[in-house]
Amino acid sequence: MSKITRRKFIKISAAGTATLAMSGVILDSTPKIADWFDKTPAKESEVERTPTICDVCFWKCSAWVYKNKKGHIQKIIGNDLDPHSNGRLCPRGTGGVGMYNDNDRLKTPLIRVGEGDDATFKEATWDEALDLVVKKMNEVIEKYGPESIALFNHGSTAPHFEHLFNSFGSETTAEPAVAQCLGSRQAGYYATFGEGITTPEPVDFVNSKAIVLIGNHIGENMHNGLVQDFSHAVENGASIIVVDPRYSTAASKAKIWLPIKPSTDIALLLAWIHILIYEDLYDKNYVEKYTYGFEQLKSHVANFTPEWAAKITELDINLIKKAAYEMAKAAPAVAVHPGRHTAWYGDDTQRERASAILNALLGAWGRKGGFYLPEKINVPKYPLPHYPEPDWTWQDITKEKYRGAIAGVTNIIRDASLPDSDAKHKVKAWFVTATNILQSIPEREKTLKAIDNLEFLVVVDTMPADIVGYADIVLPECTYLERYDDLRASKHKIPTVALRMPAAEPKNETKPGWWIARELGIRLGLEKYYPWKDYEELLDWQLRQIGTSLEEMRKEGIKQFERKTPLYIPEGSEWYFPTATGKIELYSTWLANMGYDAMPKYKSHEDNPPGFYRLIYGRAPMHTFGRTINNPNLNDLMDENVLWVNPKVAKIHGLKNGQEVWLQNQDNITSDFPIKVRITERIRHDSVFMVHGFGQLNKKMYRAYGKGAADYKLLSKVELDDVTGGTGMRVNFVTILTEKPQKQEVES
Amino acid sequence: MRYAMALDITKCVGCADCVVACQTENNVPIGYSRDWIVEKVSGEYPELKLHFESQRCNHCDTHPCVRVCPTGASHVIEGGIVKVKHNDCIGCGACIEACPYEARYFHPDGYVDKCTFCDHRVADGLDPACVSVCPTHCMFFGDLDDPESPVSKVLRENPENFVLAPESGTKPQVYYFKERLHF
Amino acid sequence: MGEKLIVSGRNIEGLYPHVDVWGFGIPLYLFIGGLAAGILIFAAFFYLKGKANEMPVTVKISTIIPPIIIVLGLLFLIGDLHHKMYFWRLMTTFEVKSPMSWGAWILVIVLILSILWPFTFLKEMREFFVQNNRKRWVKWVSWLENLVEKIGFIKKIVDYSVKKRKYIAILLIIFGIALGIYTGILLSAFNARPLWNNSVLGLLFLTSGVSTGAAAIMWLSNNHEEKQLFSKIDLGLIGIELLLIFLMFLGMNWGSDAQQKAAEMFLGGEFTAIFWGIFVMLGLITPGFLEALELKGYKVPIAVPAFLILFGGLLFRVIMVVAGQISTFTF
Repeated sequence: MSKITRRKFIKISAAGTATLAMSGVILDSTPKIADWFDKTPAKESEVERTPTICDVCFWKCSAWVYKNKKGHIQKIIGNDLDPHSNGRLCPRGTGGVGMYNDNDRLKTPLIRVGEGDDATFKEATWDEALDLVVKKMNEVIEKYGPESIALFNHGSTAPHFEHLFNSFGSETTAEPAVAQCLGSRQAGYYATFGEGITTPEPVDFVNSKAIVLIGNHIGENMHNGLVQDFSHAVENGASIIVVDPRYSTAASKAKIWLPIKPSTDIALLLAWIHILIYEDLYDKNYVEKYTYGFEQLKSHVANFTPEWAAKITELDINLIKKAAYEMAKAAPAVAVHPGRHTAWYGDDTQRERASAILNALLGAWGRKGGFYLPEKINVPKYPLPHYPEPDWTWQDITKEKYRGAIAGVTNIIRDASLPDSDAKHKVKAWFVTATNILQSIPEREKTLKAIDNLEFLVVVDTMPADIVGYADIVLPECTYLERYDDLRASKHKIPTVALRMPAAEPKNETKPGWWIARELGIRLGLEKYYPWKDYEELLDWQLRQIGTSLEEMRKEGIKQFERKTPLYIPEGSEWYFPTATGKIELYSTWLANMGYDAMPKYKSHEDNPPGFYRLIYGRAPMHTFGRTINNPNLNDLMDENVLWVNPKVAKIHGLKNGQEVWLQNQDNITSDFPIKVRITERIRHDSVFMVHGFGQLNKKMYRAYGKGAADYKLLSKVELDDVTGGTGMRVNFVTILTEKPQKQEVES
Repeated sequence: MRYAMALDITKCVGCADCVVACQTENNVPIGYSRDWIVEKVSGEYPELKLHFESQRCNHCDTHPCVRVCPTGASHVIEGGIVKVKHNDCIGCGACIEACPYEARYFHPDGYVDKCTFCDHRVADGLDPACVSVCPTHCMFFGDLDDPESPVSKVLRENPENFVLAPESGTKPQVYYFKERLHF
Repeated sequence: MGEKLIVSGRNIEGLYPHVDVWGFGIPLYLFIGGLAAGILIFAAFFYLKGKANEMPVTVKISTIIPPIIIVLGLLFLIGDLHHKMYFWRLMTTFEVKSPMSWGAWILVIVLILSILWPFTFLKEMREFFVQNNRKRWVKWVSWLENLVEKIGFIKKIVDYSVKKRKYIAILLIIFGIALGIYTGILLSAFNARPLWNNSVLGLLFLTSGVSTGAAAIMWLSNNHEEKQLFSKIDLGLIGIELLLIFLMFLGMNWGSDAQQKAAEMFLGGEFTAIFWGIFVMLGLITPGFLEALELKGYKVPIAVPAFLILFGGLLFRVIMVVAGQISTFTF
């Protein structure tokens, strides 16, 4: 526990909100006495409904918010016309009402007063808070330049603040969703096909004859449309091939499950490439017509035989071969899913390259049952003057080392804020909007040290997450059910535009993100970038450009458009890929030019220290990590995580089912709260598994505080991807303690 | 008319959408639920089998819960749906004891509550909330006496289906299909 | 190794980790029902045999207990209801298929009869208390006699009952047995609880109930022959109980999967010690042994076996209700 003196985590509830501490329990259940007389749920045809776009995760399903007879938000149901959800929301979307009802939400702007241990939050008016933010911003802009203010953001709130930052001259922005999640996947597929993978991923599961998942735990990862398509594939009898050290839900539906040794996936992928090439199972026509670098690839994988891979991966060689044959048999109606959260061991871009190459050899890209070609409707941006040119951007502190970085890298910007940073440019202040970076970025100690060194920290959030406790100024945002946000014009089989509009007035003193950004912009003298008065104006303008209007969208929620481009590459036709060579690059010229391996190589990774187990973390279908952990409906479904332990391991430590244990990692960091053990055959003997997002430290999150263990605390070691700077996090090992460790300084 | 439900366990991923959708549809208070998810695993690493079951009141044909009710609050309506008249219920708990599936619970308001197959939706021609929301499309509902209803069709296509605890003798009307694990 | 676990949706009060909706009220009510039934059956039986004067405690005095404990039991029962304000719904209908409905009505009838019966003996009871120098009881009974005298319609009812005592006695035997059997059959009607769902339980509860009645009478009696008679009756009943317990567990052990699992709780599981060690040992065998000694002529303070049987009876019902809720078909 580092000694933080300047910016201490504020534990004491702000003045006036102490009384609300218990109300979280009392007020959360749906009103009972009011419903005394009429208990029948209302008919859908009789009540009011408004369209929204779910914000519980990033899949952004278009949905209808139904109100009950009294006008309160009752339930959220998917919009039938939305290809993201096909009219059905996942449990998180259905439980979105909890986000609105959660009484632990932030209610008013807060300003830090006092120093050190005496620091506390005082409630402030919006004027006070916004004025203070602008004052501090101007001080830092004056002294260090606007670029030294960084923005960590996520989700639907991000565009509002990115616009603000661009307007005052800072491009020092980053999303954890890149370096901690998708960055390496985007780089790997960009290197191969010339473009990254969209969200939702354009995998044509409904037509697939085979599906290959590398660690991708569909079913626990509840990305709506993906799970629906996967389920159709199961029904159609598609061959599911799962590579996972854990018997995930997806593995239980697999025809072939490869219980691979963690960190050896590249070896397996290279062996599959070898089999496809050397046993003539690849799509020859496709490869000849559309790819570049086949001969280099062929000689590169000459020695990556199944025998070689079987030894490394600890897999049965016949299983490896069987999987390859299964894939080839189904080709081109086969999709090796690119995955999400690909930041594992530090060689992630190369692993994604291998996956992309495999897809290319199978002829799956742009083919039915493989990857379709998504299309979106182009929604024009509201006409604004040009943004000022910043003196330096995130690229200047990132691209020297990580030449393949396609977007801002959160950990690098964080590192540039450290007191001993040797970055070319230093970051002096942070805005953190809609992301709890203390839990989403690993190396928590470093993040805390950086926070301590900042001139100021502004946090915009809906819930009192950990990061809120460290802020100088807290600006409470209302939930997605209470605000307008950007239109969703996603790339999919059918181009659509979807609207989010408020279903209720913002609760207490919370405000929408666009309003907060605009108020700051006006105060900074940036009126010319905010010519519209409220967001409805901007949205209506945009909608009119594409042939509809805000009024129409309010009634429809979503509008589908005709495709203008083919869904798949027309059989036998010429096709251009946006790479340097115009073809799918099995040998990546982009990577080669930057001095990286043009084709993936296998690199062995550290094994378990004796007595330690690799910490594997993942998702549960009813949660979006810390985002939903305090949501009353979703917390009701799962309120704590458990540690999956193999029975052999349980025997060694003498563990019983349900027993509470503590974890200590290789850097001697221990978990704050105990976690219950689940003895299960579903996990390998060399690893333990837990769901990410639990072990919350902020007591203000009444339901979530102290339940289960926090894996992010134990992710103190990272392996940085040398192409993108992304943080590989599955490189931490833990040992199991059956007694509460001595020196426990719980932060909250 | 005999309403019934069928679930495809090869597709269910145990996401609990059915649980939360039921809660928001039927105003079930937080801390209570009318349906629930059970996970069943068998085997030894790496030869494993796993499936999930979404369980709820089975609206049994011989409804012992209706039989034991001393006030007649527990009753059956058209189609075999078992319901509770809130203001006739004294909260004695006999029906809770009588249910082999432990599907009933005491609502905090005092009366006994449980799954109603969303009869208010069924009356409108809609499926129960859980069936309508399931993202894996693994749930089916309908009238067993209608050979073209979704549930009749799917049970016809999958004759090896099973019910929970058939030895209880209550003739439950929620069916699960495609391969059962035994352990 | 297999796992069967709840993922979501069962963290409900009273259902997790097992059904737990019947607390102390139900076993207490079953005990009271059995005890009252026992006392009333004996009172009516020996009255009909003409022993009213020879066995005043059996026929008259002990019948003060049933109405009091039945009202107490009913209060506990209503207190246990989760929807208390609607308790009167029990009396607005008779559900012929529901054992609880039967029980509610039987109990009401028994209550009325059990109030009438001692009221028909007020004079004799006063005399008994005077004889035995129980000044306080004399005062209370006298007060009741005055009350009856003062209020016209009550006097009419009591006088009528005194005349028709024989019929009341017959009704008491019928409804007393009904009450005794009902408390046992109530549980066995729940075929969802493998521990309760066997045919022996009804008989076992009836026997146990009558045994507790006999124990109470034995304790109250000041007449040596009376004491001896009930001691013998009790000894016999204990023997029958032990036989029925043996048969019940034998049947369960050779029964279905769920029944075997239920029986396991008592044959090595968490209830083994308390059931065999305390209920059977302390609540049946020990008092039986003491009673046998007493009959052989040894001096045994009668309170000891009597108390043990009563305590055992209550404990037995508590154990059966708690364990029965744990036994299940599904989890």
